[in-house]
Amino acid sequence: MIVLARLLKSTELDTRLIGMVGALFLIWIVFHVLSGGLFLTPRNLWNLSVQSSSVAIMATGMVLVIVTRNIDLSIGSMLGFIGMVMGVIQAALLPKLLGFEHPATWVLTLLVGLGLGAALGALQGFVIAYLGIPAFIVTLGGLLVWRGAAWWVTSGQTVAPLDATFRLMGGGPEGSIGATWSWVVGVVACVAVVLSLARSRTQRQRFNVPLRPMAAEILVGGLGCAAVLAAVAIANAYPWPIGSVRRYAEAHHIALAGGGLSIAHGIAVPVLIAIGVGVAMSFLATRTRFGRYVYAIGGNPEAAELAGVDTRWVIVKIFMLMGVLAAIAGAVSIARLDAATNSEGTLAELLVIAAAVIGGTSLAGGVGTVPGAMLGAVLMQSLQSGMVLLGVDTPLQNIVVGAVLVFAVGIDTVYRRRAAP
Amino acid sequence: MRKLAAVLMAGAALSASFVARADAKGKVIGVSWSNFQEERYKIDEAAMKTAIAAAGDKYISADAQSSAQKQLTDIESLIAQGANVLIVLAQDASAVAPAVRKAIDENIPVIGYDRLIENPNAFYVTFDNKEVGRMQARGVFAKKPQGNYAFIKGSSADPNADFLFSGQMEVLKDAIAAGRIADVGESYTDGWLPANAQRNMEQILTKNNNKVDAVVASNDGTAGGAIAALAAQGLAGAVAVSGQDGDHAALNRIARGTQSVSVWKDARALGKTAVEIAALLAEGKAMSEIPGVVKFAGGPKKIEMNALFLEPIPITSDNLDVVVDSGWIKKEEVCQGVKPGTVKVCG
Repeated sequence: MIVLARLLKSTELDTRLIGMVGALFLIWIVFHVLSGGLFLTPRNLWNLSVQSSSVAIMATGMVLVIVTRNIDLSIGSMLGFIGMVMGVIQAALLPKLLGFEHPATWVLTLLVGLGLGAALGALQGFVIAYLGIPAFIVTLGGLLVWRGAAWWVTSGQTVAPLDATFRLMGGGPEGSIGATWSWVVGVVACVAVVLSLARSRTQRQRFNVPLRPMAAEILVGGLGCAAVLAAVAIANAYPWPIGSVRRYAEAHHIALAGGGLSIAHGIAVPVLIAIGVGVAMSFLATRTRFGRYVYAIGGNPEAAELAGVDTRWVIVKIFMLMGVLAAIAGAVSIARLDAATNSEGTLAELLVIAAAVIGGTSLAGGVGTVPGAMLGAVLMQSLQSGMVLLGVDTPLQNIVVGAVLVFAVGIDTVYRRRAAP
Repeated sequence: MRKLAAVLMAGAALSASFVARADAKGKVIGVSWSNFQEERYKIDEAAMKTAIAAAGDKYISADAQSSAQKQLTDIESLIAQGANVLIVLAQDASAVAPAVRKAIDENIPVIGYDRLIENPNAFYVTFDNKEVGRMQARGVFAKKPQGNYAFIKGSSADPNADFLFSGQMEVLKDAIAAGRIADVGESYTDGWLPANAQRNMEQILTKNNNKVDAVVASNDGTAGGAIAALAAQGLAGAVAVSGQDGDHAALNRIARGTQSVSVWKDARALGKTAVEIAALLAEGKAMSEIPGVVKFAGGPKKIEMNALFLEPIPITSDNLDVVVDSGWIKKEEVCQGVKPGTVKVCG
């Protein structure tokens, strides 16, 4: 037991992150038992991954916002507004200019959406950083303004259906990369884990930092690889539904044998996007000067300023980034719904903030990790879709989610107080 | 294009109002809206304005922006502005009661518009919501007379959601009792949000291993969410789905065959009727003498009041011409992406 504990400590893994993973598994197992074996099936886990991606994408940015002692209440509305604009561009404007289902439609739409997100975020960031109006107020204003703007785009009308290529960003059988490519992604990720471990070891040697014991390195690498490959295996264990297979066979003139065709889903595109965003944001937060500045500002804004950090410009950049992430999340959610509605993203800001906070981000600033926030998003979504699976009424669902939020942060606070010397 | 049509209509109404000016009585009709966030009520408002202008009366209005408190002050200010009759779309049916009482005390008739205001001295004009539920169930039942049914209900905070559901059940209860139909999943949709409907539908499909033959969804937004979930399982088009509102996206889905029915309530007819009733009441006609009036006591407090119910129309692929001919939606919009020869309207 002691040996095991020492080994765990020597891996230098974040114990809070491990605790969260443990809590997540516990919740999953409880739901699995209560639902009579429906929760831990490839199908439900695959659904869960897709359902979490939009909140997870935005949570990565919210970490940086909260770390610098700010808040962004406007992202749900911004998602709705940008989603509406992207809907109109691809369903009404571009078809007129380029023709229906033109191959460039999705790229142009997405570029406009990302640009708009950056612009709206920069505007809010500018007002916050340079005019000195508190982020809470500015983004509360944004919450109202962008939601109104979302209505304005089409006077409230729902825009559907969307471009077929754009729709791939929302998942579904066609919006997944299939078994082979999923394995490729899994193996590449595995190799990346091993390489980064090896690199960090040589770096430590170079700068004479104490090395982790080899057993710990192997444990971390092994666990990382195993987790990635297990996730791929699960995604691949969920075959296409028979209706989609039939349509696919008809389209490609394949005769269906008695048992039909078994095509695996593989990893869904929105999940890939979320993971990509997560990796990029983690890198940004921990390996770049910008990231260092963000945490420096969060730890002590005055000190950061005196140390020569252009705090205002950093804040503007953070909000710009948040806007871009809202645009990506907007693209994913309208693609998934195959429609842009003006109510899209209602209350999403609260889910995103909750995900970041459950994931260990401190509202006092200076503390928070991107992977933690993404895990927080998965945890929240697990609770919600698990309860739907059990047939729990909506008001009760909200009560449970609210209670869990306070409970999780409570535990974290107690833990931190005890961990501090 | 719709804007242009609205301008033309308003123009026509304006010129009509000049003709009508001769016998203009100059009544002031005050309308208190609950919120304009929904596409719907702008359409009602345009129809009301047209009808009011045509009669030579004056339109004044206020928007409560989803706040029950603001609606109270709104109504007081409409009274202060000299309204002879009030049309109220209540944000909160009970919270609006004091303001309504005040208006009635001042001898200003009040019409509860679309949402019930339970006051024996108020008039109630709306579409028959239970009938909407019945039509949804009938539309789905016609396609799938037996099998597994899922119910995507509206927001649990909206009484209409339960009216709809009880109407749906009224039609289906015999088949359920006979065992031809099985209820395999019911869920409220928080805030009527399509994304929530989609998630709930996904979970219902997971729970039943895709063995769902029909989805009774309570409006077109939630139907859209449910259909997106069905499409991810390759079931869109194979499963019967109902809806309500005649959303443009939903009408297109009906033409493409992924949605079976959308119960359409012509908001313009409702607006026009309300204004006509308002004019009659302002002239001093008794509520019980309004043409088409019925006694209604189906509210939560069972108070008897005078009401007028408009009949909704179920739109299926066979009668899409109704919405096109009435100018609600353009033919190109209905027929976008529809295979030629599959739907009558699209050719």
